Amino acid sequence: MIIIEWILLIFLIVCAIAVSISRSLLNSVIIFMSYSLVMAVIWILLQSPDLAITEAAVGAGVTSTLFYLALKRIGRQHEAAKDKSDSKN
Amino acid sequence: MFEEFKNLWRRFYNWTVGNGPRPENEVIPPEPPPDLPFTRRLELKRSRFQERPLASRYNEWLERKSLHVFSMLYLGMSILTCLLFMALLLSTVAELPSFGDANNPVNNEVIKRYIERGGQETGAQNIVAGMILDYRAFDTFGESAVLFTAAISVLMLLGAVRRADTEEISIDLNNASDGILRRGPPSLNLKITTGFTPRIHMFRKNDAILRGVAVLSIPAIILLGLTVIINGHLSPGGGFSGGAILSVALMLCANAYGFEQVHAFFDEHVFIRFSSLALMIYAVLKGWSFFSGANHIESGIPTGTIGEILSGGLILPLNICVGLIVAGTLYGFYALFSEGEI
Repeated sequence: MIIIEWILLIFLIVCAIAVSISRSLLNSVIIFMSYSLVMAVIWILLQSPDLAITEAAVGAGVTSTLFYLALKRIGRQHEAAKDKSDSKN
Repeated sequence: MFEEFKNLWRRFYNWTVGNGPRPENEVIPPEPPPDLPFTRRLELKRSRFQERPLASRYNEWLERKSLHVFSMLYLGMSILTCLLFMALLLSTVAELPSFGDANNPVNNEVIKRYIERGGQETGAQNIVAGMILDYRAFDTFGESAVLFTAAISVLMLLGAVRRADTEEISIDLNNASDGILRRGPPSLNLKITTGFTPRIHMFRKNDAILRGVAVLSIPAIILLGLTVIINGHLSPGGGFSGGAILSVALMLCANAYGFEQVHAFFDEHVFIRFSSLALMIYAVLKGWSFFSGANHIESGIPTGTIGEILSGGLILPLNICVGLIVAGTLYGFYALFSEGEI
């Protein structure tokens, strides 16, 4: 069991570093989501199922949805700016 | 390997300086031609020093070098700050007592009392629910109030933006400045929206896959959320996590079938009424419980038998209140940020 915990913890660290250096924002959000999911499993291993449920619902569910929404809005603004510069040229 | 590492370091450097990621096919400018020999440079420097006053040299330095120096200083300071914080946090971790030790300061008489007499005093099988909604219910009340306040502030801010952006401009075509009489409607009301565009349908309409998945999963998600809320005092979970699960069901419904479908039963007024009502019920119920407890009066709230659905005193209604607030607030955030209104 301790080996699984170590693997999950190393995965957490790798995820945390990958979120900040990944090139695409979408990848960052997906990696962040998997981070929350692994964190939920770790909470169960630490025998706190209450926290695990909250982490899975809020961290992996709601937060990621809000991040996707923000990405969508940013993408649309980029497109609008591009259209504007294109029409100027 | 070394090249990759170098590339990674450059990206990290650009990120800290704030230039953003570089394009893939970056053209590295050629090296500048080699400098003048040292003695010649020295002469130049000396002549510059003799000829020009300090102020103009300072200005020149500002123009040529200051940005570079500032960015290097910025990088150095940021690395230094990070290292300092890391050292601080790591030294704090080293001071912490070991995990799970029986002699830790957290293992005092409070936790003993919670574990030994928690079920008897709160009537909750799930000790965590008994703690956060009975012993420490005041904290949970504060959390719910914070969430509610945040949602109301976002509603006020984005609602104000929406109102300011939509102006009515009326153009009277008959009295146009060039004096030519035109046929058609005498005046025209145009609604011009500037900047923030509130009503854009972000979902692709009639997406068969999304709708099929939504039909199957929305009832299951709602059922799970309700189970987590209602069984909060019996099993892991509670108002907060159950409310989050319910709000995810609402988001999925809004994405698959459009916000109008959710509007049919959940709009701004319903949200404000339900949230305020839930907060007030919470405050009144728990206020009575605290008041009677502090004055040593019988509160008259039955705890019931442990393990039944109608047990645990106030925990079940408080869980339902918190769940309502959390579900409404999280869905409200989603709707506000994507549509501009709930």
